[in-house]
Amino acid sequence: MSTSAELLAVAIVLTNLALLGSSRMGGLVRAMVVQGLAIGAFPVVAWAAGVSAWAVPFGLFAGAIKGLVFPWVLMRTLRRTGVSREVEPFVSCGMSLVIGLVAFGVAVWMGSRFSLDGMAYPTRLIVPVALFTAFVGLFLIVSRRKALTQAMGYLVFENGIYLFGVALVGELPFLVEFGILLDAYVALFVMGIATYQINREFHHIDTDRLSRLKG
Amino acid sequence: MHPASIVLPASGLVLAPLLFGLINRTKAWFAGRRGQPLLQAYYDLYKLLHKGAVYSRTTTWIFRAGPIVGLSAGLVALALLPIAGMPSLAAFGGDVVLFAYLWALARFFTVLAALDTGSAFEGMGASREVQFSALAEPALFLALATLARISGQLSLSGIFTAVTPATWAAEGSSLALVAVALFVIVLAENARIPVDDPNTHLELTMIHEVMVLDHGGPDFALILYGSSLKLWVLGGLLVNVAVPVRTGNPWLDGLAFLSGMAVLAVAIGVVESTMARQKLLRVPHLLLAAGAMSALALVFLVR
Repeated sequence: MSTSAELLAVAIVLTNLALLGSSRMGGLVRAMVVQGLAIGAFPVVAWAAGVSAWAVPFGLFAGAIKGLVFPWVLMRTLRRTGVSREVEPFVSCGMSLVIGLVAFGVAVWMGSRFSLDGMAYPTRLIVPVALFTAFVGLFLIVSRRKALTQAMGYLVFENGIYLFGVALVGELPFLVEFGILLDAYVALFVMGIATYQINREFHHIDTDRLSRLKG
Repeated sequence: MHPASIVLPASGLVLAPLLFGLINRTKAWFAGRRGQPLLQAYYDLYKLLHKGAVYSRTTTWIFRAGPIVGLSAGLVALALLPIAGMPSLAAFGGDVVLFAYLWALARFFTVLAALDTGSAFEGMGASREVQFSALAEPALFLALATLARISGQLSLSGIFTAVTPATWAAEGSSLALVAVALFVIVLAENARIPVDDPNTHLELTMIHEVMVLDHGGPDFALILYGSSLKLWVLGGLLVNVAVPVRTGNPWLDGLAFLSGMAVLAVAIGVVESTMARQKLLRVPHLLLAAGAMSALALVFLVR
């Protein structure tokens, strides 16, 4: 069991590195699909380890939202706005990878400082991986030029918080609820981006002109 | 010492050029061709060894030393490579470092020989080769350090005697990351497709082949044989990690190792048939990713 949780943790770390290193928008979205599905599988694995059974529907729901719905919305926005397929980073992709590795080292060190003895987390790796995912999300927000990549960074950041919630699942359902709340916020955020892109399409943020589009 | 521990390394001397044949046949199969004979590399070696050598008057002894040093480094590395859990012929504590720097030595002399010709074209290839190897080396070292950490040993023989199916059960994630990183290193170090195209002799994008353009005849035979040994030894490293079969019978283990090498050659052929060569600017990216995976594997271990 613990090995399957560990493999999931490795998969999430690898998708984080892919997010940092990818220079194409499509690659970013694909990495987010894998990450979302792996993250959704985490509570299921925790259930196999003896967490209450409602972790299973919860995990499936989270996996469906994070691994399928969000990337679909992102992909649709990407297609509709017709922005270029390059990521346009402020920090080059290679440098991002190196920074990501340093961040992972820091996350592992910080994770070792947490004492979560009573918690139901399925592998000791989950706290460092959660912290690392949050770091990567924040880094994507500050280091990428496009509004859409910033939204992805936000989603990745949220994934990290969610993973932290999984570590405490059964002990602190409140934290999980908090994660879901953030999910809803992210949906709003994505919509905001779509609006932003529409505005950019018309070279205006003048809502007066937009309202005239109504037939 | 079991006879298999001498026969198996010696089989590398004979079988190494066969890997090229396997790769080429796989690529031909993907392209719907029949392809060259499996033993083509041997025919090439035979042909080249019976040719005369032509040396430019601008070159010095360094130009002639390049292929010889390259081949000798490959032979020493072959003697250091343990096969299927049996100690190598020349194992000693710390031979990991020698193993890594033998390739650096060979590369250094190949680069010098390329520069010795005075050709700008070869200098360009030399520059690229050195740049990419500077990125491949940390990846290789981190991978070896991870393996050393798992086994608690500092010689290749100790390391690979300790990698068993039980290690895979205990540290599977780390070993899988190391295996992937090693695969990228094998492709990069042997000038295989995502990094370099071994088929192009006259493209501006090539790295390794351009450095040896001026070598001909027996010198080129040495280079060809040396590069096949390099593929064999670095591939053997990967196969030792990925296929640690321990039946207790050294002959069976050796057979598993040899079939692992064959599968590796086919895998390289598949990669070459299904992937395009990376842009030169993207190659450091790929090597960085390999280094990142090795580093991750190490972090997972020491956490």
